[in-house]
Amino acid sequence: MSTEPTQATSRHQKLERNITLMAIATLITVSIGGIVQIAPLFYLDNTIEKVDGMRPYTPLEQAGRDIYVREGCYTCHSQMIRPFRDEVERYGPYSLAAESMYDHPFQWGSKRTGPDLARVGDRYSDEWHVQHLKDPQSVVPESIMPQYSFLAETDLKVADPEGMLTALRRVGVPYTDRDIQMAEADLAAQADPFSNREDLEERYPKTQVRDFDGDPDRLTEMDALVAYLQMLGTLVDVKSAAAQQELAEETGR
Amino acid sequence: MTDYETLRQFADSFGLLVMAIIFLALCAWPFRPGANERNRHAANSILEDHEDGE
Amino acid sequence: MEAVLGRAGLWFVIMFLALAAYVGAQDAGFAAHAVVVGVIAFAFLCVTVMRYDPLARAQSMFRMPPGPSRYDDDVVRWGVIATVFWGMAGFLAGVAIALQMVFPALNIEPWLNFGRLRPLHTSAVIFAFGGNALLATSFYVVQRTCRTTLAFPSLARFVFWGYQLFIVLAASGYLLGVTQSKEYAEPEWYVDIWLTIVWVAYFIVFVGTIVRRHEPHIYVANWFYLAFIITIAMLHIVNNLAIPVSFLGSRSYSAFGGVQDALTQWWYGHNAVGFFLTAGFLAMMYYFVPKQAERPVYSYRLSIIHFWSLIFLYIWAGPHHLHYTALPDWAQTLGMVFSIILWMPSWGGMINGLMTLNGAWDKVRTDPIIRMMVMSLAFYGMSTFEGPVMSIKAVNSLSHYTDWTIGHVHSGALGWNGMITFACVYFLVPRLWGRERMYSMRMINWHFWLATLGIVFYAASMWVAGLTQGLMWREYDANGYLVNSFVDTVAALKPMFAARAFGGILYLAGGVLLTYNVWMTIAGHLRDEAPMTDAKHNRAADRPITAAPAE
Repeated sequence: MSTEPTQATSRHQKLERNITLMAIATLITVSIGGIVQIAPLFYLDNTIEKVDGMRPYTPLEQAGRDIYVREGCYTCHSQMIRPFRDEVERYGPYSLAAESMYDHPFQWGSKRTGPDLARVGDRYSDEWHVQHLKDPQSVVPESIMPQYSFLAETDLKVADPEGMLTALRRVGVPYTDRDIQMAEADLAAQADPFSNREDLEERYPKTQVRDFDGDPDRLTEMDALVAYLQMLGTLVDVKSAAAQQELAEETGR
Repeated sequence: MTDYETLRQFADSFGLLVMAIIFLALCAWPFRPGANERNRHAANSILEDHEDGE
Repeated sequence: MEAVLGRAGLWFVIMFLALAAYVGAQDAGFAAHAVVVGVIAFAFLCVTVMRYDPLARAQSMFRMPPGPSRYDDDVVRWGVIATVFWGMAGFLAGVAIALQMVFPALNIEPWLNFGRLRPLHTSAVIFAFGGNALLATSFYVVQRTCRTTLAFPSLARFVFWGYQLFIVLAASGYLLGVTQSKEYAEPEWYVDIWLTIVWVAYFIVFVGTIVRRHEPHIYVANWFYLAFIITIAMLHIVNNLAIPVSFLGSRSYSAFGGVQDALTQWWYGHNAVGFFLTAGFLAMMYYFVPKQAERPVYSYRLSIIHFWSLIFLYIWAGPHHLHYTALPDWAQTLGMVFSIILWMPSWGGMINGLMTLNGAWDKVRTDPIIRMMVMSLAFYGMSTFEGPVMSIKAVNSLSHYTDWTIGHVHSGALGWNGMITFACVYFLVPRLWGRERMYSMRMINWHFWLATLGIVFYAASMWVAGLTQGLMWREYDANGYLVNSFVDTVAALKPMFAARAFGGILYLAGGVLLTYNVWMTIAGHLRDEAPMTDAKHNRAADRPITAAPAE
């Protein structure tokens, strides 16, 4: 070590000479903001409003969501309608926190190269979606979306449907034991128009049961993705009087 | 009062004041006269060694 | 011999584990990654058994100066080469996706679709190009400022090669569809765990080196590097908390959901910018700008304030990415307020860097490396002004979801991060390989202008695109109906997207010059060229100034 000047060392100079202190001080400094901002979200009761109709994704919808995640759709599509007149007229009522409460990970997105998808469910026919995903330019000539025709040719392979739901339950999605037990059967049943739909519909209200990709003989990735797209924003009846009443009383938004 | 309102009130009053005071104090800190020589030395420390091992 | 056997055994175990992971893999992506790891382990196994020293071979291939110098610079040299390599890969991916937005036929499904290539581009430039620049410069700077060699030299080598494995796994994963789809945190759980291990090793090497320093004071650049390493560790671990479906599959589900996941993600995402692309690169600025200008930093006191206020304020600003979303209002307001305050320390840092040149401004004209540094600081100033403006809710309501954000990010990334990295590479290569200077100073000059012009095209076209898009979305006619359908706005942006791709090509062309220049310098050539400044001799002006000294 070199020779020290005799001047008394003041406190910041101590810090400048002690790497441990420096590291701890840095860690504390950078932690404050995160703790103050993020921690309250987990226990403040008005972070997520209470609305009727939210339920976990069915196994087929979740498998479709996994494809949505895999393909990086968030790079061009948002799922978060802001409370502005033009957005509400274009995409539908603005998004509520509750509507993405079972989204692991969230897919709100940050860029709209394509339109918002938060309420795309039930807006177009299955045939439109399939054709549009296979060749977007054949439906919308000016579109710059990539083609996803391989989805229709790829059989849906979910290695472990029970494991999928179990992992989601571990992060807080309220699947019942029976949901998990039935995961594999539910997966196939939702895309089969001749399946026994009552059990599925009872556990997952508003489930849409049909063949989605126009090829009833096969369960493809296209089935799963279209099933997911067709349910987006359809669970909560945001236009009902009761929902509007609750939103009017909402604070902190 | 809900948690939210309590926290909000604190953040809008004393929390803000305390943070502002701490911030200003910390900003003033390096400008105390005693540190002059040290800072000059520290700033020049990277230029003293002409043999950078090249 | 025992060492060789031990090493061979280790590689064999890793290869075996990779094989087992491949056999049990639940999806193609995970299987492919097991193959990557297995093949690498197998290669190392062969290499070890044959007692063939690949590093020595590569050292000679890349003309690494032999023998111990005063400092341990091998990792730094590798890092510089990796920076240039991944930089080119990242710029190329960027140009590719920019062209895809003009010519959608360039999407080749499934592997080369925009949704898979875009994370490849962002990760390649941020984590591969920027990350290697930070690794290399931090190891260079910490040794010089502490006047000691790297602590744990073999761990330092592990950090470098482990980080390259992380990059390869992450990049190949995106193409195969292995992604969490959380922006800038796309790698899946096992790649995240690997990065955590590498990062802890990085922390140990860096702090270990500081502990054994021969200089009592820890220079300010090291504080910024330290804050960068610690904070990135914290952000990375918290944001990537996830439950894997299977330990033999790539898919995992984020521990947080919905609004909590959104805020955690943007706390991470914004501070990846704040600590990876700002604090780390400010460390580079605080060392290399004074070194190249050959004068001490303008105000050391300002640098202390700069440091603490920057790291304190940055961490709060994340919610400005979530204005008007379902995030509670108080969090949005907090994010906005802190983002605006953040303008001050950012400009404090910029002023500190620029004013370092006080009294040596002529170097901006004569020294293209200094010019790059000045331009990078100018872009830093611009984008840290633009950022607070965009974080104001009223502005954000227009700019969010549009290409304005993309333009803003690139004026920071191409201007600030890119330019300062190029300057550091030009500073480091001749010193690290013991050359008199870079192969060609004129090429640096060309690189400067190509890059600057590229950024101008990029930023200008994206500003126009963002405003066009934002205004078209909210345009109403006299009867109160929306004027434009969504696809009208897509069609309207085509010329801007083309101009952006052109800017990207210019920037890439600058990168080609960088690569060639670095290549030739390492190979030991000096270009025979006319000097940069060629002022005519003016006899009348050539006389001593009799007045008081200039300073």
